[in-house]
Amino acid sequence: MSTSQHQTGTETRTTGPILVLTDVTRVHGSGQTEVVALAGASLSVNEGELVAVMGPSGSGKSTLLNLAGGLDKATSGAVEVSGIRLDSLDAKGLAALRRRSVGFVFQDLNLIPSLTAAENIGLPLELDGVSVRRARSQALDALGRLDLRELADRYPDQMSGGQQQRVAIARALVGERRLVLADEPTGALDSHTGEGVLRVLRQRCDAGAAGLLVTHEARHAAWADRVIFLRDGRIVDSTGGPDSADSLLAEAR
Amino acid sequence: MSVKQGLLALLAEEPMYGARLRSEFEARTGGTWPLNIGQVYTTLARLERDGLVEPVGGPDVEGRISYRLTELGRTAADAWWRTPVDRDSTPRDELVIKLALAVTSPGVDVAAVVQTQRTATLTHLRDLTRLKASAPDEPNGHDLAWQLVLESLLFNGEAEVRWLDHVESTLARHVGMPLSPVPAPADLPDVAQPRISSRKGARA
Repeated sequence: MSTSQHQTGTETRTTGPILVLTDVTRVHGSGQTEVVALAGASLSVNEGELVAVMGPSGSGKSTLLNLAGGLDKATSGAVEVSGIRLDSLDAKGLAALRRRSVGFVFQDLNLIPSLTAAENIGLPLELDGVSVRRARSQALDALGRLDLRELADRYPDQMSGGQQQRVAIARALVGERRLVLADEPTGALDSHTGEGVLRVLRQRCDAGAAGLLVTHEARHAAWADRVIFLRDGRIVDSTGGPDSADSLLAEAR
Repeated sequence: MSVKQGLLALLAEEPMYGARLRSEFEARTGGTWPLNIGQVYTTLARLERDGLVEPVGGPDVEGRISYRLTELGRTAADAWWRTPVDRDSTPRDELVIKLALAVTSPGVDVAAVVQTQRTATLTHLRDLTRLKASAPDEPNGHDLAWQLVLESLLFNGEAEVRWLDHVESTLARHVGMPLSPVPAPADLPDVAQPRISSRKGARA
């Protein structure tokens, strides 16, 4: 644990961004019933960076996350993952990009109950045509990086909530995946277990992944390199980091 | 927190001289409340005057005088563990005062005050979390004390952010509420007018 922290200080952040949102707007409905869920949000998340998103309910946090992961389509603006514009892809291409490049961690129901931890983690690889044997070996690698090797052959109902969430993080970053999108991943967990999940997320980002974390808890957001505040679909402020608060404020205006 | 109680608690373990008291105090609290040595000596002098501590023999070769608890001092040290900290004498919180004044001062952008503070507090929380993350996994006694101090600071910061969220949603619900200053004494007859009474109602 401590070694990964030492890396944080010396790590160079010259590598390119994994996730870039440029002036992204999402409008639901039209006319009288029009609802603007996201209004011109710009944001980038680099390799090695964990960014938290906070804001009141209805401020656009989940919309932002869904757009970043290609689960929803922007009304205008551009979303790029690993240099690829999502709106340039057809449905099939988008699904492939999601399998190869993006991992999701939700509040719960992350794992398929009838599959073991290793099978859950290997599943996106298998769907992508990787052989079962190779998928398993990569799944074991992913578990090993999180010190969870002993969970490989357990089913979700044989794991604690915290273990399940950590396995979900392992799956989010299996193989070539570099971007993890987490929506309240510590939701129902007690504070110690929740902290363990955040530690793992932090550690994976220190090792080079990019993370976007939606949370309403300040103590969880505190694990991020920077915190972005959303209000009524707009980024209104940010703690220091690669993008200074001033530039973000200028963009929001 | 009084330095006096802290020193009594340390002296309950064994006699110590001033410089050692200071270093023990700082080590156990993770350096969160630095003491200057003058503070330690004046406190020791006061404790001696009040009969709570006494010197153990004369100065050693380096001129240091060790102190130990008297019976009275031991009673005081024990009583501290049993008694809750007096919350009525908690120091005034500048942020609370600032926001109380902000909502009643004309021309102050309260939302901006809230957001500026939230950003600063979250940055502080992040720094504390980095310290926590770099702490050893299996702490010894002193590390544990330091971790608990860190956690306390984290909880306080978290509570502050939650309170700021609450302030913000309260303000949002009272949008359009005049945020003018409370009337000067000369304006008092206006109190019965609707504008003022709705303000009062909104606050309750």
